[in-house]
Amino acid sequence: MGVKVIIPTPLRVYAGKRDSTEVKAGTVGEALGRLTAEFGDLRKHLFTEEGKLRSFVNVYVNDEDIRYLAKENTPTKDGDTISIVPSIAGGSCLLHDYGCSCHRSSTSSFRA
Amino acid sequence: MATPPTLKISAEIAQQIRQHGAQTYPHECCGALLGRDDADGDVGVQFPMREIVALFPLTNRREDSPHNRFSVTAEDVRDAEKAAREKKLEVVGWYHSHPDHPARPSQYDREHAWPWYSYVIVSVANGEPLEMTSWRLSDDRSEYACEEIAIRDRAARS
Repeated sequence: MGVKVIIPTPLRVYAGKRDSTEVKAGTVGEALGRLTAEFGDLRKHLFTEEGKLRSFVNVYVNDEDIRYLAKENTPTKDGDTISIVPSIAGGSCLLHDYGCSCHRSSTSSFRA
Repeated sequence: MATPPTLKISAEIAQQIRQHGAQTYPHECCGALLGRDDADGDVGVQFPMREIVALFPLTNRREDSPHNRFSVTAEDVRDAEKAAREKKLEVVGWYHSHPDHPARPSQYDREHAWPWYSYVIVSVANGEPLEMTSWRLSDDRSEYACEEIAIRDRAARS
């Protein structure tokens, strides 16, 4: 038995469509390292180019936010569950104009 | 990136998103899109489908700059996922408004976006909801691709 890592819905496509995986790890940092070693495409969505956990990636060990524990040095043991939970942000302040050719909502019938 | 599926939405839910944007004007509204995504569905499905079946309106947590920013906490995300599970649905995206701005994602939107999710944006000008668009982040995080919104008149199946 190892540490169970719950993968959030938007990232499952980069993890073989799995909703969780199990790794051997003594800390949260080790667990995330093993996870991204196994599923390399996850890395850019979890970490910045500088290798820091993205600010809108929240990590819990057994329902405790690691920001209130020892962050990525938070110890883990067999049987623990690590959950990766997104937080969502955005807003206007248009800095870049994304062109869009299909922005108009259509009222056509759905493709079955 | 593969061509994103069309986002299917009922006229009723589209109207609820617009109304939420009008209610919170001049501040941004936000909420979760609950629905079904059949991209991994049965073999033989020619076109992946994503359908919004219900909304989970949320409170914008950005009290410092609510007119041009929105924030949904991890706890809010967990609440939305729980609400979705109870309806046998999943959180397939998020919506927010752009008060007095076009319904186009900003650089800030892109930097904070997750892949896979649909991000619906409604433009609200002088309190009146106008254009509504939907976007998905590319796999390499470099750009947003717009996805077509198909609005149907009859009520969505629940």
